[in-house]
Amino acid sequence: MTITTPNRRTDASADTTPLVPAAPPVREPEPEATVTFEIDGLETTVPKGTLVIRAAERLGIQIPRFCDHPLLAPAGACRQCLVEVWAPGRDGNLAKMPKPQASCTLEATPGMQVKTQHTSPEADKAQHGVMELLLINHPLDCPVCDKGGECPLQNQAMSNGRATTRFVDVKRTFPKPIAVSTQVLLDRERCVLCQRCTRFSEEVAGDVWIDLQKRGAQQQIGTFDTEVLGFAGETPVGAATLDTSGRPFSSYFSGNTVQICPVGALTSAAYRFRARPFDLVSTPGIAEHDSNGSAIRVDHRRGVVLRRLAGEDPAVNQEWVTDKDRFAFRWQSAADRITTPMVRRPQGDGTRGPLEPCSWVEALDTAAVGLQAAVEAGAGVGVLPGGRLTLEDAYAYAKLARVALRTNDVDHRARPHSAEEEAFLGHVVAGRTLTVTFADLVAAPTVLCVAYEPEEEGGIVFLRLRDRVVAGRTRVLSVAPLASRGLERLDATLLPAAPGTEPEVLDAIEAEAGEPLLADAATALAAEGAVVLVGERAAEVPGLLSAVLRLAERTGARLAWVPRRAGERGAVEAGTLPGLLPGGRPVADPSARVDMATVWGVDELPATPGRSADEILAAAAERRIGALVVGGVDPADHADPRLARAALDTVPFLVSLEVRASEVTDRADVVLPVAPPVEKPGTFVTWEGRPRPFAQALTSTSMADHRVLDLLADALGVELGTGSLAAVHAELDQLGGWDGARLPAPDVAVAEPAPVPPGHAVLATWHQLLDAGRLQDGEPYLAGTAKRPLARVSAATAAAVGVADGGALEVATDRGTLTLPVQVTDMPDHVVWLPTNARGCAVRDVLGAGTGTVVRLAAGRADVTTRAAAPSTGPVTGDTADAVSGVRIDEGERA
Amino acid sequence: MAERRKKPTGDVERAPRGGEVARPDEGYESLIEPRSGLSALLAPVGGFGVTLSNMFRPTVTEQYPREKVPTKPRYHGRHQLNRYADGLEKCIGCELCAWACPADAIYVEGADNTPEAQFSPGERYGRVYQINYLRCIFCGLCIEACPTRALTMTNEYELAGPTRAGMIWEKQDLLAPLREGQLAAPHPMVEGTTDTEYYRGEVTGVTPEQVAWVAEHRPDDPTLPQNAEKGATVPDHGTTRLEQQAITAAARRQGGAR
Repeated sequence: MTITTPNRRTDASADTTPLVPAAPPVREPEPEATVTFEIDGLETTVPKGTLVIRAAERLGIQIPRFCDHPLLAPAGACRQCLVEVWAPGRDGNLAKMPKPQASCTLEATPGMQVKTQHTSPEADKAQHGVMELLLINHPLDCPVCDKGGECPLQNQAMSNGRATTRFVDVKRTFPKPIAVSTQVLLDRERCVLCQRCTRFSEEVAGDVWIDLQKRGAQQQIGTFDTEVLGFAGETPVGAATLDTSGRPFSSYFSGNTVQICPVGALTSAAYRFRARPFDLVSTPGIAEHDSNGSAIRVDHRRGVVLRRLAGEDPAVNQEWVTDKDRFAFRWQSAADRITTPMVRRPQGDGTRGPLEPCSWVEALDTAAVGLQAAVEAGAGVGVLPGGRLTLEDAYAYAKLARVALRTNDVDHRARPHSAEEEAFLGHVVAGRTLTVTFADLVAAPTVLCVAYEPEEEGGIVFLRLRDRVVAGRTRVLSVAPLASRGLERLDATLLPAAPGTEPEVLDAIEAEAGEPLLADAATALAAEGAVVLVGERAAEVPGLLSAVLRLAERTGARLAWVPRRAGERGAVEAGTLPGLLPGGRPVADPSARVDMATVWGVDELPATPGRSADEILAAAAERRIGALVVGGVDPADHADPRLARAALDTVPFLVSLEVRASEVTDRADVVLPVAPPVEKPGTFVTWEGRPRPFAQALTSTSMADHRVLDLLADALGVELGTGSLAAVHAELDQLGGWDGARLPAPDVAVAEPAPVPPGHAVLATWHQLLDAGRLQDGEPYLAGTAKRPLARVSAATAAAVGVADGGALEVATDRGTLTLPVQVTDMPDHVVWLPTNARGCAVRDVLGAGTGTVVRLAAGRADVTTRAAAPSTGPVTGDTADAVSGVRIDEGERA
Repeated sequence: MAERRKKPTGDVERAPRGGEVARPDEGYESLIEPRSGLSALLAPVGGFGVTLSNMFRPTVTEQYPREKVPTKPRYHGRHQLNRYADGLEKCIGCELCAWACPADAIYVEGADNTPEAQFSPGERYGRVYQINYLRCIFCGLCIEACPTRALTMTNEYELAGPTRAGMIWEKQDLLAPLREGQLAAPHPMVEGTTDTEYYRGEVTGVTPEQVAWVAEHRPDDPTLPQNAEKGATVPDHGTTRLEQQAITAAARRQGGAR
């Protein structure tokens, strides 16, 4: 916790641990066997199996290379790293290898003597020769190339190439560039055929996409058009070339190939021609899109973020990030950013009046008066911080609610949730950080995913798991209604479960189970180090989290809760739950309350257990709550968006802390602008409980939530003490963990599945990584790689409804209807799957439905894709709607 | 000052205080040999010799600004962004000039050429181009860095201006004026050519297709031959310069500058 605060107190007594302690440093394992050999006359000892080029790196000897990448298998494709090698022969005498060797594929052997270009004229000449050949067909368009200035080819041509060209003929050219997808462009003439991109897509992401074609001088990276082999249906929204299976290329990780391309062959459409490396100021940061806390690098110029790159963190994201983390950053500087506080001044005729910009003093005073009135009237105030906050911001909300507003009605869960979930979080999650980490995940022999899609709901978990699956070390099991493409690429074993029956399936995982699949799963989970990953969707199925706890106890597998949003875990630790104080202290526990009251310097804390977000919204809709303080919450994310909107409309007084104008600010009485992550320092907490502190990238006058709340509390006459990051950290350090009793384990009975009448089906749904979320606004190139929304049903269900594969399917509830192209999939009958919030498929908004809801199915008219019963509840459309609309028409024609 | 200074204590050897130099005991003696005779008599007025001799030489005073003397041909004056023969811009927005600039006086942003808006041959053009003449030191490193010879320097040196903002010259101020026969960008490249042909100088003028394209998309463009015949004129200067000139002219009217 103290990572972002320099000069932390060293006199802290030993028994207090920070609320969220930093992860211990990763220690490199002691190698079993070592090899001693010489590079350039320097003797070095390295673990057995080390490549010569790695050993040279450790010694600080630079060997030029293009194809070599530490996280990809050796290829020896570019031949730039040639070195002279002497090795002991059978007779024990040193003998020179007849030709220079590629050091990126050569394992060090005992007694070997390697001479690099620094000591061997032969190696130097060989490298110059390779460089000359690579440059023969490389265009001299560095001034227009985006890689210019940070290009390994440019740099190494200077350091290890000829000063002048001897080539006088015409260079090979290609028409350029190919748009591989809407966000990745391919200039084939710049390519040096290092195959980093193809190896990344094959080995790491599993989206086999482009590959080498043709021979000799005509060899090029390109796309194949062969027979259809791939997973059906998952096509991107925008235009894309075909992948190696003949389908339009679609990947959530393709941005990484742009970063690892050692020349300018792959460039990003969003960053194309925008800036030069010397323009950019780089600030390390943490991605705000998911709970993995990927390290990123924010490159900005004159207060404008121009691109983001993957940062390097071996313990978390290695060197990869998802495309969402890489490309979705424009929302932070969108046109609808709120820059000044705003209030509604009462009009002469008694109406509320329009929102008008005002001073901070006026806004804070207005908010304080309104909140004070609500508190004094006894109606109370509800606090909805939302799940995207930093730990410090969430802590400020938790403290504001308890100390200044005297209530436990605080809940950050802007998504379907349950009391069972809160008990689960209080029992096994809160206050237990770093019990399961990425390191445990990659060491686990078995990983069971429950209500969790590793690719869609957290890309880095998917990449880390896939790495071990490909290595044959980890087996992935998943309890889900269908095997998504992500699960297939993990070679996952599907334990099929219709929505609502997951607890039964989990309870049936026993060694003596009659079903071989389940017995097998029980054996696999009993292995030492097995991990169960349970997603936030588990809250939607009554009894599922209880069943997960039973399963973990039965099999001995370790348990980790993986939410989607970046702030969820930090908020759980900070205590923004109605029944939990910071560090997992139960509100109901008097000693925990006394503990916190001492730290917070108040006489006592409210003892009444708070209401959950849904209960707060329901109460607000019935005017049983006097005021709401709402953070970054989209009403459409709640289980019942209609109720959420009604609550925001009805509540007498609404204070909104927002980065951008939203549905909440439209209804608010006081709007207080806050800073987006790029304009504030803070700490995200990953699903592991690992603090991920990040620095402020841009100079800004915007204030983080914890500062605004400090000012608000000050206006209420309460000293919150969250005015600076250092103050919050000092308090969190003082606070420490909790070793008292936790919330009791939830034990919710499994609900009887609702009967499914004919013509109906049970809804299964989850979020896709790229969808209509507000944090992806303003990025048409990224939106083009989102998957096209479609409905999935089994063949029998489709036949019963009378829809052919690819036809239009109407999914309806009493609230509205969604019409989507249907994809017949191998899944349980009487189940329909929809993406939760894809563009044009806002399930919660239009249908008012969630996992387990029984919906009506009907064959749809082909020309209608989306129809909402209530016109006012349409999904929030971003700038990208235009870019996508053309595709929708095309889709309609196809259907 | 002297009272405040602490007196040296003990017998610590003090370094000489500032301003003191060792003075030779025997006093000062000039090394210039003393003159004698007539030259010693004329010595006090000897300095007038330079004055008197210059009275008979031609005067070198320049009557600037009434008379303007041409500079040497390679004088480093203000910059100019050049055009190809058909009016397309040479600048590709590569920022190498900004990179080379030791005074950080140049700011460039590149952008994509599209079929609807082709400003320069090839894929990329300079969307924003600013030179801050408050910073520029006229060293010429930028024009050496330019890979397309888009940026050169003219001999124009009258760069003073009344406002600071006006000293940041924008792209339209720096672009070379359109000569007769050139078409204002954007317009398509000459058919069948690439940026290589442009770079080699194989494009020597506008083609009828380009004229037709501009006539279709911007019928009022003053650089079109038909509009030029009707008397349409293209301003030689960009808006920043024109604004500056207007401010200066107004100040002259008020202040009575000649």
